[in-house]
Amino acid sequence: MNSASALSFGRTSRIAAKFVGTPSVGPLLVLLAFGVIFSLTNPRFLATQNLSIILQQTVIIGTLAIGQTLIILTAGIDLAVGAICVLGTILAGKLANSGYDPVAAMVLAVLACSAAGVAAGSLISGLRLPPFIVTLGILGIITAALRLISAGGAFSVTDEFLGWTGNTVRLNGFIVTYGVIIMLLLYGMVWFLLNQTQWGRHVYAVGNNPEAARLVGIPVGRLLLSVYVLAAFIYGIAAWLALGRIPNADPNALQTANLDSITAVVIGGTSLFGGRGGLIGTLIGALIVGVLRNGLTLAGIDPLWQDLITGILVIVAVALDQLTRGRR
Amino acid sequence: MAPVEPRVQAATTPGGVILEARNLVKHYGHVTALDGVDFELRSGEILAVVGDNGAGKSSLIKALTGAIVPDSGDILLDGQPIHFKGPLDARKLGIETVYQDLAVAAALDIASNLFLGRERRRPGFLGDVLRMLDKKGMRAEAERSMAELKFHLPSIGSAVESLSGGQRQGVAVARAALFAKKLAIMDEPTAALGVRETGQVLDLIRAIRQRGLPVVLISHNMPNVFEIADRIHIMRLGRRAAVVSPKTHTMADVVAIMTGAAKFEEAASPQAG
Ligand SMILES: Nc1ncnc2c1ncn2[C@@H]1O[C@H](COP(=O)(O)OP(=O)(O)OP(=O)(O)O)[C@@H](O)[C@H]1O
Ligand SMILES: [Mg+2]
Repeated sequence: MNSASALSFGRTSRIAAKFVGTPSVGPLLVLLAFGVIFSLTNPRFLATQNLSIILQQTVIIGTLAIGQTLIILTAGIDLAVGAICVLGTILAGKLANSGYDPVAAMVLAVLACSAAGVAAGSLISGLRLPPFIVTLGILGIITAALRLISAGGAFSVTDEFLGWTGNTVRLNGFIVTYGVIIMLLLYGMVWFLLNQTQWGRHVYAVGNNPEAARLVGIPVGRLLLSVYVLAAFIYGIAAWLALGRIPNADPNALQTANLDSITAVVIGGTSLFGGRGGLIGTLIGALIVGVLRNGLTLAGIDPLWQDLITGILVIVAVALDQLTRGRR
Repeated sequence: MAPVEPRVQAATTPGGVILEARNLVKHYGHVTALDGVDFELRSGEILAVVGDNGAGKSSLIKALTGAIVPDSGDILLDGQPIHFKGPLDARKLGIETVYQDLAVAAALDIASNLFLGRERRRPGFLGDVLRMLDKKGMRAEAERSMAELKFHLPSIGSAVESLSGGQRQGVAVARAALFAKKLAIMDEPTAALGVRETGQVLDLIRAIRQRGLPVVLISHNMPNVFEIADRIHIMRLGRRAAVVSPKTHTMADVVAIMTGAAKFEEAASPQAG
């Protein structure tokens, strides 16, 4: 799937070569393969109703994976992705339940998530601590803090506005939630930033060769900070989408968000070494994770087995990345 | 390409000092990379910097371009003291550098690397508000400047990692040539090049001088140095051992000074202590 394999096609079939050389084609084939397998084993899988459910189930991981992609592109990793999102749901829920204006509650929650991004980004860019350790620490801190303030328990959030993203609209007979639309809009906006702006170019450059980026005058520290803040802001939006899916704020929710979001990014063809990949692959990767979990659920397979299979999938994807790109 | 007529440039009278450094010191742990080095680049000249491996050549130019901050010493541009906080400060003043390790992002394509850190934006709303890149314009300009170099390259859209070592060097040299407004510094720009490509880079260096800009060239290739340089700055053990002219000294003299086999008696320049 890399450009080397594209070269062997020669001039005769440039289009085919270009097609194979496009990094998102591999993930797309994997997605189609899973789709075929599940639709053969269960006729209900391809029903429009189920497809619309898959999309809705993909909303949270799909949105979190946008931020995770940004961070992995800089050769970092975010292990606090689920914790920051849960922070958003708990804060918004608590504030709204205690009588705050729900819009203000949500805005404050998104700001709090962004503040977690400021903390992570400052430690990583300022003190040059490894992203892995910083986000692991933030995961621990937020998880403990949330259990303390919510006294360990989940509580329901029934506010109209906070649940709004779960409302559905009908597009050509296909039912989608506002949450799905917001997720796709976020994909579009961040794709534009990554592919059409100077900022995006610098994200790739910093991930690919930070010293070269520094020498040509890119403010590497400021760029990293902006990436972590934007990612955390997106996790805050994901918190709103999460409240739309389940009207419940639970400090123990999203336990598999790290695994699933990293899997989506890596299956989508973004390299853990940084500087290569993109958002289209991540969207496909998130759908693969969604299809996998949905298909396995329909087949009556225990969620623990789903985690196990997702775990295998991410390791296979990373191994492929290592084999094709990691060697120098 | 460079008109290779020998120097009839009248506009710039060589002599005025453009970039100067006094007594620069830089330690890495207990390694002393720069041990009180002086440096002087005059307008319109090609100054070669030579010295053994580890003599401090790269450290010197990194200090001059803001890539490292010296522990002590002064840097003066046009006679004014300057303190570069980073490479961007030097680039803003029109100082372009080809670093020894090239400073390219290998996964990005040739055009992106040429404009790295200097990306052009679309005119109007798209560029000003949406901050959209002018990809087409940058590609066209990249095509033009790479064609000027006459390097054999695959398409301008190919990733730099798919290029040969020499072709990558071509990209780094073209980038410096494209943006240099004040002076250009090249750290072993011909190290990986064949004879033909080396000639092209030397032509390009002459072309930059033809534009009236001085060039600092670091090289281990003595014939090249003697072919192109107006003056030769010889580094030894983190200091300037001498500055000589290729007209008055032979390659053997330079090598002798470089290795410490001979001392340079007369003062190298008015400031040299
Ligand atoms: N980043 C660094 N960390 C530690 N030591 C360094 C670093 N950079 C340079 N040095 C040391 O400083 C000294 C001078 O190195 P420098 O790269 O300036 O030499 P040079 O003249 O450019 O050599 P070459 O001809 O091999 O390029 C060497 O002893 C080197 O080991
Ligand atoms: Mg060197």
